[in-house]
Amino acid sequence: MDFTLTDEHRMVQYMVREFAQREVAPIIKEYDRKQDMAPFILPRMAELGILGISLPVRYGGQGMDYIALGLACEELEAVDSTLRVIMSVHFGLNSMALLQWGTEAQKEKFLAPQARGEKIACLGLTESGAGSDVAAIASTAKKDGEKYILNGEKMWISLATKGDHALIVARTNPDAPDPHDGLSAFILEMDRDGVTTGDIHGKLGVRAGSTGWIAFQDVEIPLENRLGEEGEGFKIAMSCLDNGRYTVAAGATGLIRASMEASIKYAHERQAFGREIGKFQLVQQKIAHMVQSYESARLLYLRAGWMKNEGMRNTRETSLAKWFATDASFEAASEAIQIHGAYGYSDEYEVERYLRNAKGGVIYEGTSEIHQLMQAGYALEYREDVPLRCELPAYDAESWQIEK
Amino acid sequence: MKIVVCVKQVPDTAAKVVVENGQVTWGDAPLVINPWDEYAVETALLQEEEHGGEVTVISVGGEDAKEALKHALAMGCGNAILVSDPSLKNADSLVTSQVLAAAIQKIGDVDVVFFGKQAIDGDVGVTAAQTARVLGWPSLTLVSEITELDPGSKTISVERSVEEGRQVVSGQLPAVVSVVKDIGEPRYPSFMGIRKASRAEIPMWSIAEVGVEVSEPVVEWPDLFNPPKQEVVTEIVSGGSPQETAETLAEKIIEEKVL
Ligand SMILES: Cc1cc2nc3c(=O)[nH]c(=O)nc-3n(C[C@H](O)[C@H](O)[C@H](O)COP(=O)(O)OP(=O)(O)OC[C@H]3O[C@@H](n4cnc5c(N)ncnc54)[C@H](O)[C@@H]3O)c2cc1C
Ligand SMILES: Cc1cc2nc3c(=O)[nH]c(=O)nc-3n(C[C@H](O)[C@H](O)[C@H](O)COP(=O)(O)OP(=O)(O)OC[C@H]3O[C@@H](n4cnc5c(N)ncnc54)[C@H](O)[C@@H]3O)c2cc1C
Repeated sequence: MDFTLTDEHRMVQYMVREFAQREVAPIIKEYDRKQDMAPFILPRMAELGILGISLPVRYGGQGMDYIALGLACEELEAVDSTLRVIMSVHFGLNSMALLQWGTEAQKEKFLAPQARGEKIACLGLTESGAGSDVAAIASTAKKDGEKYILNGEKMWISLATKGDHALIVARTNPDAPDPHDGLSAFILEMDRDGVTTGDIHGKLGVRAGSTGWIAFQDVEIPLENRLGEEGEGFKIAMSCLDNGRYTVAAGATGLIRASMEASIKYAHERQAFGREIGKFQLVQQKIAHMVQSYESARLLYLRAGWMKNEGMRNTRETSLAKWFATDASFEAASEAIQIHGAYGYSDEYEVERYLRNAKGGVIYEGTSEIHQLMQAGYALEYREDVPLRCELPAYDAESWQIEK
Repeated sequence: MKIVVCVKQVPDTAAKVVVENGQVTWGDAPLVINPWDEYAVETALLQEEEHGGEVTVISVGGEDAKEALKHALAMGCGNAILVSDPSLKNADSLVTSQVLAAAIQKIGDVDVVFFGKQAIDGDVGVTAAQTARVLGWPSLTLVSEITELDPGSKTISVERSVEEGRQVVSGQLPAVVSVVKDIGEPRYPSFMGIRKASRAEIPMWSIAEVGVEVSEPVVEWPDLFNPPKQEVVTEIVSGGSPQETAETLAEKIIEEKVL
């Protein structure tokens, strides 16, 4: 077993870290307070190639492997969760789904501009009445000759107002005996007639990010925009989550690291009862837990990334990594505030933002409860993964890095 | 235009460098490209973009100096060469500059060589000038801006950042240039560069291959010790009004002979 990162991995890590630390860290508090996304973030991530990091060069991507994607997410979220959310939705939930399920024509038309960052992408799954229970989706897509007519509303959609393309899951067959089988997935260009969007303000966290709603009224989408077969929407949505959750797991690992580093620094600086507080065993215990969480979370996501590279099914491992890392990141951020005392409770320091951001991670892409159901389901053999018609392609350096 | 950049592998700025048993050590902290050299690489790449040609990055060091070279490749340099030889273990800047000069000669037809202003480990800051001297080329150190570079007429004009201010200097190519921060923020490695760098086979030249007879090091480090621990006392100056606080602070500063 080889735990070393390659030169390529380390250079990616360095590059993404430099970007996040040098360009975003100095301004993030300002935008978090304003509840706005800094306008330079998306174009800059596009320009640097981060938005297409782990996609074949022939589709406009950068040809890196899935481990590099994880490492990038860790670095991004070590500065702010909103940076990683971009990767989760644009890359993990949308672009990777196009790579997995898209036809060659869809990859040319939609994936390539997304990989180059010319088009921003998001996923519209959740509705006001359908969160954890995806099969409760009420949005409809009615087939009408050579097109579908889309109606309904998606809620809590990251990048809703920034996206050019959205992957939308809607009901095509209201009469399907099993409601899971009545769903289909569509690639929606957001400039189509009848699409409206808006941002949600007053969120607890990811305030420097964009979360909103997308409403469709009689929106016409051509047949060729359907991703996968009719009735495959639920399976596609779940496969999207296998990829999105991987980025969330890696990102939450970065958030643990940020909480840990801030705590270690403060524990050295702060004096109480005549010594630095790091000398107190109760403070040490908190730091020890952070170290434990960080290293465990990292191993879990790297394993999931390795499985993706190898083309192995990783639903169970990715869910475990996501559940563990997000729960641990919330705990780490909370303890980081504790170590900072009253100062941690104020936005003079970074740690209160970490806590607010960490709370999102235990809700989106499967709440912690849902992941527990999944893990128990696998352990008790109530649950089993069946092979998909289209699996996520394994990583292949040769063919991924070849220029067109 | 043929451009060479010289880079060094050094301990990370965040590394804790200490003396242990008479030896400098930084534990297992990672080695990185000397931060000043990133500015040199940036300058070289900008010149290449403007005038065409190619950039070769060279380093004198052990096997691990390949990291610095790969970093420069990932930023966009076309070629990299490592000059490595067991006999260079105790090289001082004179020896290093002799080796670099010979490597530059071996590359041949080089128009301009870029250095960072100094390396953050030894902080000697004379390797650029020494290399220029060995080559017999003009030495333009501490350059903050290249105002003109004309490969056709073989001329270069620069601004130097010196203590007194800015100095405008021109010279003939080939020349050796060392740069300071003001030259412009170094770019990050690009993914395309990273792909190239991680596949690159970096050629390694020995002293014999470079064809140089190096002199004995003239600089020795007879004794190494950690700087004495500084006792820092913090005092918060306060007063009834900003005016009063400022006055008290000013008095303290004068009293302590800070100014
Ligand atoms: C910041 C943010 C960004 C988001 N971005 C997106 C996005 O880009 N695209 C998108 O489609 N969605 C997005 N979401 C929505 C997110 O995926 C949902 O919020 C999530 O799936 C949970 O659904 P819900 O909010 O409807 O909660 P509910 O499903 O109503 O759950 C409420 C509570 O009940 C629990 N619960 C539900 N079912 C069970 C069960 N069977 N057993 C035990 N407990 C259960 C849950 O764990 C939770 O604690 C985002 C959400 C947030 C907060
Ligand atoms: C909203 C708010 C309102 C407040 N209101 C008031 C007020 O009205 N009046 C007032 O006087 N103060 C007030 N405070 C201040 C509050 O009482 C202090 O924040 C608290 O006593 C902790 O002190 P500290 O923040 O300096 O943390 P520190 O004492 O510096 O502690 C930092 C960390 O070190 C740990 N630590 C310290 N000593 C030890 C030890 N011996 N062993 C193990 N761990 C140790 C702490 O548990 C903590 O995790 C308020 C604070 C807040 C956040």
